[in-house]
Amino acid sequence: MIVDTLDMTADEFAAGTGWQIKPEGACKGEVCVPLGGSTFDTRVTAERLGMAIVEHDGMWAIGPESIGDRALTTAEAPDLVLGDIDGKEFALSSLRGQKVVIVSWAPY
Amino acid sequence: MSGPDASRELIAAASPQHPSLLDPTHQMDALFGVVNIPNVIWIDEDGVIVRPPEPGWPSGETPFPDDMFASIPAMGSAPTAPKPAADGPGQWDVLRSGQTRGDYADAIRDWVAHGAASRFALTPDEVIARSEPRSNDASRGAAHFELANRLWADDRAAAIEHFNACHRLQPDNWTYKRQAWSLLGRETVGGKYGQFAQAPLAGEEADWPFASDFGSDVVTTEVGGYYPSTL
Repeated sequence: MIVDTLDMTADEFAAGTGWQIKPEGACKGEVCVPLGGSTFDTRVTAERLGMAIVEHDGMWAIGPESIGDRALTTAEAPDLVLGDIDGKEFALSSLRGQKVVIVSWAPY
Repeated sequence: MSGPDASRELIAAASPQHPSLLDPTHQMDALFGVVNIPNVIWIDEDGVIVRPPEPGWPSGETPFPDDMFASIPAMGSAPTAPKPAADGPGQWDVLRSGQTRGDYADAIRDWVAHGAASRFALTPDEVIARSEPRSNDASRGAAHFELANRLWADDRAAAIEHFNACHRLQPDNWTYKRQAWSLLGRETVGGKYGQFAQAPLAGEEADWPFASDFGSDVVTTEVGGYYPSTL
């Protein structure tokens, strides 16, 4: 995700990355990574999760986690929310109770 | 760039009964590890992934529009692109190898019929182990990719630097490469199929700002390596 400051709340971090900040650490699915501090800090959390940070002219791009050497750290599907062709948001979780097949394609 | 208009006509033509969503910030890569298209992910009723991203198609037929290839002018190769071996595979040898296209829909049908008992349904540990490798370099590449897309319209030189950075950091990520190449193709060739011109125009190789191009990278990919067989 791209932000204009690394000074964000734990909730903002969770909304952008899917990692919830709990007393036991940063958690996604059944995986929790200890953070070792009481006050949320974006840089410390990103480092513990293996999230690269690249800055460009006041924009900070935070890459996805890189722990366990695989893209998926859990088989629990993430809280994917994307907009449809008209901009209306659709949540993957709204399909809970059905089998889901997601097809990623591109107009090229 | 990658807004609604790029896909609207295609979605309308398909007239699907399922949701069609847009992913301009490439959440599918960050959240699931999608690095090429088409890629398919299976998720069960409890929200658990049973197959991580893999190549998949609705059938074994992949027709192209009649006028598509004729509309793309002669293309060259990026000056710094890898050189193919003299006896190496052709582009279509690589693109048509790997995952058997005609088998994919039947695999889905088997899962629909048998659920967790389907031989295609993977355990959580298998799902994680089969997902795309993700190093810290890959995370850094993702950050560069996001910046590249954000800067493309307003700071072209910086965008190109960030695209080249992510291509170096995660060379197996076809999404990063094809996104960059297609953005230029839309401009240099334009028209209905310009985005498929993912290489410099013949005679304009010196103007190409990227390290490689689609044709060069495909023919230097091992047979079966572009769409790996996973079923």
